Amino acid sequence: MTTASLLERARAAAAAVPDPEIPAITLEDLGILREVRAEGGRVVVMLTPTYTGCPATQVIQQDVRDALAAAGIAQPDVRITLSPPWTTDWITDEGRRKLREYGIAPPAHAASGPAAAVVRFVPGAAGARPRCPRCGSGDTERISEYGSTPCKALYRCVACREPFDYFKPY
Amino acid sequence: MSANPAHVEYVTRLGDNALVLGQRLAEWCGHGPALEEDLALTNVSLDLIGQARLLLTHAGRLEGAGRDEDALAYFRDEPQFRNWTLVELPNGVAKHDDYAVTITRNFLFAAIQVPLWEALAGSADTELAQIAAKSVKEARSHLRHAGEWLVRFGDGTPESHRRAQAALDRLWPYTNELWAADEVERAAAQAGIGVVVADLKPAWDATVDAALAQATLSRPADSAFVSTGKQGVHSEHLGYLLAEMQTLARQHPGARW
Repeated sequence: MTTASLLERARAAAAAVPDPEIPAITLEDLGILREVRAEGGRVVVMLTPTYTGCPATQVIQQDVRDALAAAGIAQPDVRITLSPPWTTDWITDEGRRKLREYGIAPPAHAASGPAAAVVRFVPGAAGARPRCPRCGSGDTERISEYGSTPCKALYRCVACREPFDYFKPY
Repeated sequence: MSANPAHVEYVTRLGDNALVLGQRLAEWCGHGPALEEDLALTNVSLDLIGQARLLLTHAGRLEGAGRDEDALAYFRDEPQFRNWTLVELPNGVAKHDDYAVTITRNFLFAAIQVPLWEALAGSADTELAQIAAKSVKEARSHLRHAGEWLVRFGDGTPESHRRAQAALDRLWPYTNELWAADEVERAAAQAGIGVVVADLKPAWDATVDAALAQATLSRPADSAFVSTGKQGVHSEHLGYLLAEMQTLARQHPGARW
């Protein structure tokens, strides 16, 4: 097999691995699969963590090793790189669509830069509000800045009264 | 790799600050004043422990003596820890947890971490620079969380205002250590690895003063007291924290699960 087709197969296998916390989306959708390359006869997969303390990172590494093994790629080197840091802007359009279908509102705006370090407390004014993934209403409010995982906040839809997870712009 | 001692020490300090505050905040797990805040503090804790893992792993490699993150976190004794005293203080006063103390400390800490990580993103130590660029995003969200609550407490009820001001008065003297540069910091800054802390002071002052103004809290008067946690001379509180954090690893060295 040529290196190119081997790498293509490795990339496809790694890209299709579901996120352990949000299995509706893949590593590719989430934008944390940075690179698949050959290095000294071995396949090297570069992943980047969402948050430094994300407990899923090690699970993801193992899942990628397993997926590559299942695709017949022996001894892959699955590495973590911090740079450039992941932001929610790396989530693909396909990933956003899948999140919505799964019941998680995707980030409503681009990840904030240095200038957005605010301490002002203004109820309901914490940036653009997400649309309800169930009924599509834009009339939503934040219940909790932190939710079931570090990357999510808890919101509620004022229109349909349903609570929902929101993938925070980050 | 074996780096110079000041370099190792500098990175260890950063790692210990994150580890010790991460451990402190984890004490709120299951005890938060509201479910949302329980989640918030454990998530902030998780971020800090994630940063500590990266930093202590890096410090261990720089040291070149074969110590990994676990060896540094679980098998060093109190005098070998190099965190600011500020982060080891209890979550409240005496044995009574107080959310105003927890929030005010998080605020004062995040207010320096943001400009510190921003500056360290340009460090000559490229591994440290990458950790800094990653961590600054987290620090910004911690600052936002703590800042929002500080304003709510300060500009809230007479009782919440009283407790926020008391927390600020209590913690303020411990911020002196942040600005008291020593030989380690000077050597790290000289080598382009660390920062000159005085350069961060205007940003910290601006963040703190703006939040205190909104919170209707008074900035405490400066004092001459300087704590010495970063040199390994700690308050009476760190030992208890380490005992809880380290006991399992020391009873079962090398255990895997």
